Amino acid sequence: MTAILQALADGAVIAKRNVIKIKRVPEVLMFVLISPIMFVLLFAYVFGNSIDIPGGSYREFLIAGIFAQTVVFGATFTGAGLAEDMQKGIIDRFRALPMSRAAVLIGRTASDVVYNVLSLLIMALTGLAVGWRANAGFVSAVAGFLLLLLFAYAFSWVMGYVGLLVPTPEVINNASFVVIFPLTFVANTFVPAENLPTPLRVFAEWNPISAVTQAARELFGNIPPGTPEPTVWPLQNPVAYSLLWVVAIIAVFAPLAVRRYRKMANRR
Amino acid sequence: MGICHTGSVDWALTRDGEGVHIIEVSGLVKRYKNVTALAGLDLAVPKGTILGLLGPNGAGKTTAVSILTTLIEADEGSAFVDGIDVAAEPGRVRERIGLSGQYAAVDQDLTGFENLDMIGRLYRLGKRRARERARELLSVFDLTEAADRSVKTYSGGMRRRLDLAGALVARPPILFLDEPTTGLDPRSRIDLWGVIRELVAEGATLLLTTQYLEEADRLADDIVVIDHGRGIAHGTADELKEMIGGERIEVTTPDHSQIDDARSVLAEFAVGDMRMDPKHGTLVVPITGGAPVLTRALRALDSAGIEISDVGLRRPTLDDVFLSLTGHAAEESEVSA
Ligand SMILES: Nc1ncnc2c1ncn2[C@@H]1O[C@H](COP(=O)(O)OP(=O)(O)OP(=O)(O)O)[C@@H](O)[C@H]1O
Ligand SMILES: [Mg+2]
Repeated sequence: MTAILQALADGAVIAKRNVIKIKRVPEVLMFVLISPIMFVLLFAYVFGNSIDIPGGSYREFLIAGIFAQTVVFGATFTGAGLAEDMQKGIIDRFRALPMSRAAVLIGRTASDVVYNVLSLLIMALTGLAVGWRANAGFVSAVAGFLLLLLFAYAFSWVMGYVGLLVPTPEVINNASFVVIFPLTFVANTFVPAENLPTPLRVFAEWNPISAVTQAARELFGNIPPGTPEPTVWPLQNPVAYSLLWVVAIIAVFAPLAVRRYRKMANRR
Repeated sequence: MGICHTGSVDWALTRDGEGVHIIEVSGLVKRYKNVTALAGLDLAVPKGTILGLLGPNGAGKTTAVSILTTLIEADEGSAFVDGIDVAAEPGRVRERIGLSGQYAAVDQDLTGFENLDMIGRLYRLGKRRARERARELLSVFDLTEAADRSVKTYSGGMRRRLDLAGALVARPPILFLDEPTTGLDPRSRIDLWGVIRELVAEGATLLLTTQYLEEADRLADDIVVIDHGRGIAHGTADELKEMIGGERIEVTTPDHSQIDDARSVLAEFAVGDMRMDPKHGTLVVPITGGAPVLTRALRALDSAGIEISDVGLRRPTLDDVFLSLTGHAAEESEVSA
C-alpha cells in the first residue's frame, strides 16, 4: 500500500516536471492543438458533405470518431516523451534516486492527459463552430469526454511501453503510425462498421476504438434516429466494453512497462 | 602499507583491520559485446575517506560507478555499499547514495531551482525542506543568480555544478562523483575541492573518478589506478610516487666537463645511485629532505666553484606514476580503450 502511495506521490512530482516542460516548449503544444482543428475542418468539409448517413448528418457522426482517433494518437506523446527521457542524462539521475520505479511512467502518462484535455477542448470548440452539437445534455457530454480521456490514458501505457523499447525517440512516430492508424481506421470512427467487408467488419465490431466511439456518439446524442441497432455485444454495451478494455490494457501494459524501465541498462 | 602492483589483489584483505568498509567490491566483471569494461575489479573504501579511481579513457571508471549506483548490473563479482548487496537490494542502496555522473544529469528545460527542488521531492524531503535545500545548494555552488533561468542557458561548468548539487540534495552519507571537475575552470575546481573536503569532514565517504592526477593527489586518501578494467596499483599518492622513486635534485652544468666534479660534490647528499644524463649535461641525485637539502647542495656546489645553468628539486608526479604503470599518459590513451 505504501509502495502505491509513494509511486503516486513520486509520479506527481514527475508529472509536474513534465507540465512545466510543456509550458517551456510551447511549439509542441501548438502542433498538438493545430492538428485536431485541421482534422475536424478537413473531415467536416471534405467528407462531411460527400457521404450520406441514413437519417442524419455525417458531420455529427464523424465528430466522435475524430475525437477518438485524435486522443488515441495522443498516446504517441507518451512514447516519444519516455523515449526522449531515456535518451537524456536525466534518466540516470532518476534511476539512482530512491524513488518508485513506476514514477517516471505514472508521471508521464498523467501529464499527457493535459495534451488530450486541451485537444478535446479545441476540437469541441471547432466542432461547435462547424455545426456539431451534443444533443444529450451537458452531463452526458461530459461523461463522453471523460470516457475518451480514460481510454486515451490507458492507451498511453501501450505507447509508453513501446517508447521504452525503441532505440531513439524518432522511431516512435513511425511505430505509433503503424499501430494506431489501422486500429483507428478499421473501426466505426469514420464509416458505419456495417458497410465494411466481413473480416474487417468483425474486427471493427470488436475493436475497442469502435466501442469508445460508439459510446461517445451515444453520450453526445449523435446517433441519428433510425440508425439500426448494433448486433454485437461490444457495440450494444459500448461503455462497459470500453471500460473493460481500459482495465485490461492497464493491467497488462503497466507492469510490462515498469519491468522494462527497471531493466533498462543505461545507454552510454 | 605496501604497494601492490599486480593484476589482481584482494584489497579487502590488505585493508582489513582499518575499520568498516563502506564500499566493498570484489571481482567485478562487466562485459559488453566486444569489450570487457571491467575485468575483475576490487575496491575497498573505509568510512569517511575518499577513494580516487584513476584511469585513462575507457579504463572502466564509469562502468564501476554505474554498477555501484545501481544503474547497471554486473556480470560477475560482488559489490556492497554500506554493507548492502547492490545486486540484491538496489533500492536500499539508492537511499544512501548521491551520484553525479560523468554527463550532467539535469533537465535542460527546467530552471536550476526546479531541478533541485524536484530531486528534493523525489528524495521525499517534503515541500518546504526541498525548496530550502535547493536554495541552499544553489548558493553553495554559486548559482543563485542563475537559479531561475532554464538550464539550457547555463554554461557547461554551471551545468556540472548543478549536477553536483543534485547529488548532495539529501546529504547522502556515500557519494559517487564521476569526473566531477571535468570542464570546470580552475577557480570552480578549487571551490569544488573545498566543498568535497567539507563533506568528507562531516563524515561522508566518497568515491571519485578522475583523469586528473593532481585531483587524486589533492583529494584522495587512497588511490586505485585502473586500466583495462582492473586495478593495476593501489596506495596513497605518496606511496604511488614512492614506487617510481622519491625526490631528486637535477643539476645541469653549462660546461659538461664539470659534471663529474658536481657528482663528487653531491655524493654526500645522495640516498641512492646518481644518474648521469650526458646528453643534456644533467645529473640526477636522489635525495630525501626536500628544499633544505637542495639549499645545502647548492652551497656546496658554489663553494666548489662549480657553475650551474639549471637546477631543480623534482618530485615525481602522479603523471610519472601513471606513465610508468600504464605505459601511456592519462590524457592520451584513447587508443588503448
Ligand atoms: N553501453 C556500452 N556498450 C558497449 N560498450 C560500452 C558501454 N559502456 C561502456 N562500454 C565500454 O566499456 C569500456 C569502459 O568504459 P567506461 O565508460 O567505464 O570507461 P571510463 O573509464 O569511464 O572512460 P572515460 O574516462 O572516457 O569516461 C570502454 O571500452 C567502453 O567503450
Ligand atoms: Mg567515464
